[in-house]
Amino acid sequence: MAGRATNPSDEGKVGQFRDLALPHLDQVYTLARYLMGNASEAEDAAQECYLRAFRHFDSYRGPAMKPWLFAILRNVCRYAHAKNFGLVFTDVPVEPDDGVAPVWSSDSETPEHIMLRRHDTETMRRLIADLPADYREVIVLREINDLSYRDIAAIIDSPVGTVMSRLSRARAMLRNAWIAAEGEEIRT
Amino acid sequence: MKCEEASVLLHALIDGELDAGHAREVEAHAASCAKCAAELRAFRQMRDALSAVPVGYAAPQSLRAKLDRALPTRARASRREVLKGFTAGSAATAIAASGLFLMVMRKDDQQRILNETVSAHLRSLQADHLTDVQSSDQHTVKPWFNGRLDVAPPVVDLTAQGFTLLGGRLDYINGRAAAAIVYRRRVHVINLFVTQGAGPDRATTVQTVQGLNIWLWNQQGLNFWAVSDINADELQEFSEKFRTALHANNGT
Repeated sequence: MAGRATNPSDEGKVGQFRDLALPHLDQVYTLARYLMGNASEAEDAAQECYLRAFRHFDSYRGPAMKPWLFAILRNVCRYAHAKNFGLVFTDVPVEPDDGVAPVWSSDSETPEHIMLRRHDTETMRRLIADLPADYREVIVLREINDLSYRDIAAIIDSPVGTVMSRLSRARAMLRNAWIAAEGEEIRT
Repeated sequence: MKCEEASVLLHALIDGELDAGHAREVEAHAASCAKCAAELRAFRQMRDALSAVPVGYAAPQSLRAKLDRALPTRARASRREVLKGFTAGSAATAIAASGLFLMVMRKDDQQRILNETVSAHLRSLQADHLTDVQSSDQHTVKPWFNGRLDVAPPVVDLTAQGFTLLGGRLDYINGRAAAAIVYRRRVHVINLFVTQGAGPDRATTVQTVQGLNIWLWNQQGLNFWAVSDINADELQEFSEKFRTALHANNGT
């Protein structure tokens, strides 16, 4: 990718791209980290996302830049995952919701209590990173990137209902993993 | 409201995504159901805890620097430099950049069909969806469609031109069964969707949806959409090669 990208036609627009897109770089990179799983691939994916977004800036009609960038990033990451033609993106069957383990059990210490004891950044990041891909992306888009259900639905190209069911399942999974992690912590 | 419904909707309540009526219903249910009340409380706390620690990442300086070099600044993007970019690029790029292509297909219906081809393309990249019949032999792929479609989609061998045939698949575009002929260039997948068309042959136009390129054309009474993430120039090359081969095959 040598040289400058020079596709968008309008001079004003070229300058606009920086102003509109670059403020979201941390967020784009964060999503890339969680989708790709490591720093170097995340950097490549985020870079490709911005170059692709710039090339297609002519067709951008707004108003929200952030979801648009995320949708492009998601495509970039999916292609990166599909590259070796193993073509596996979904780690587990997504639907149906076949009996999630209970979120809490009343006879143990209350989950809230456990939850509040300790939440350091690395543990949290790891727990999110360990979620299956489809659940990980909705958690990141909602909790970290702070997007509305409607935006998330557009990005993952699914109905809002799917976003809701996936998010509730994702949070239940995250919570279970969290309680389990805290349990290990206590035992050691 | 039942627990089953409440257990999903309580997340929407936490996220402030419920209208007032539904919010009241969920809250009323939680007021009378200890289990859902506990879940609501627990998930609220989890959300608070999540927002209390920095689980996001800061983009590395190396990435900022690379983008800074790659993207033109307002000052640097002089008219001359932009024009230079045009002449260096292909005709396709120039057409896309000039905005002319927007005039070709603006109707909602056509946009919807384009979106469908992109969705079908992305679906095909998920596990086990790429091909129903896997073969690099056109004489295996073409007959496979017999009886499965109301058209006989042409399958041409473009290996010599650098596009490897991977196989074929049955897909749906615009509510109708469509043939998807799958090619590969390097690590990129190209889905060529074919349905019965009407009207005279029409030349290719390029479209971009969600960062993917689509070349579409009419030929021999068929509609073609070539969808891929390869750059517009290479996808144009694919389209041209395919059209030429199809033209030659039929001796028309």
